[in-house]
Amino acid sequence: MALGTIFDIAGTGMNAQSLRLNTTASNLANAQSASSSVDEVYRSRQPVFAAIAQQAMGNLNGAGYSQNELDANAGVQVLGIVESDAPLQRRYEPGHPKADADGYVFYPNVNPVEEMANMISASRSFQMNVEVMNSAKQMVQRVLTLGQ
Amino acid sequence: MSISFDKALGIHESALKFRSERASVLANNLANIDTPNYKARDVDFKQALGQQMKKAERFDVATTNEKHIPASTFVGVDEGLLYRVPQQPSIDGNTVEDQIEHAEYMKNALAFQASFQFLNSKFSGLRSAIRGE
Repeated sequence: MALGTIFDIAGTGMNAQSLRLNTTASNLANAQSASSSVDEVYRSRQPVFAAIAQQAMGNLNGAGYSQNELDANAGVQVLGIVESDAPLQRRYEPGHPKADADGYVFYPNVNPVEEMANMISASRSFQMNVEVMNSAKQMVQRVLTLGQ
Repeated sequence: MSISFDKALGIHESALKFRSERASVLANNLANIDTPNYKARDVDFKQALGQQMKKAERFDVATTNEKHIPASTFVGVDEGLLYRVPQQPSIDGNTVEDQIEHAEYMKNALAFQASFQFLNSKFSGLRSAIRGE
């Protein structure tokens, strides 16, 4: 039954979005972590999403579709987390305990506006996957009452 | 006279199956709403219907070597999952549009319920025929 796979698909979506929410939380939490050298500064982290292209739905073959046409039909995965290449913030703060010889401190390249937009987008997408799962649940429950 | 389930249930059984498969395709679109370069896909009801009818006339080819691929698994290249044309293309190449996919998913769920209702009433009809009430 293809309805069962909807739970897996929506589950991968929820997983990906929660990871996105997680990296956003990490970025915002570290937005002010100053460091004295360029190499040690926290950099904004972003997850990379990709559609899962695997032959996970062999049970659909009975409907007359060939396997190639159903390859991309298995949800979303997180390929990895990349660090942003955006320029770091270099601020002149001679009084800072981590300031270098010239009196500069490096701050992460976290853009709070971008992060907030990401956060809202992620939580909306998460909600949407929950709704999809919910209506799939209703459909399955109806099928179980067939013939009663 | 015996009762044939295939005849009694008619097309509603395959309709229910098709609806549940389409639901998973649409759920996949919604799950990939933030995936760059993902192209939204959908199945065409008309095509699926034609395919179901064509299935009966499909020919079988003998496989005399183990490397032969059974011909019965081929259904043609241009059939099955199609790509949706976006109304407002996005920069990252993703063609999933929230409102459209959502509307289609809801419509599909309602059509599923309708097919289910038909199937269910077929069953209750059969049952009252068996009981003779």
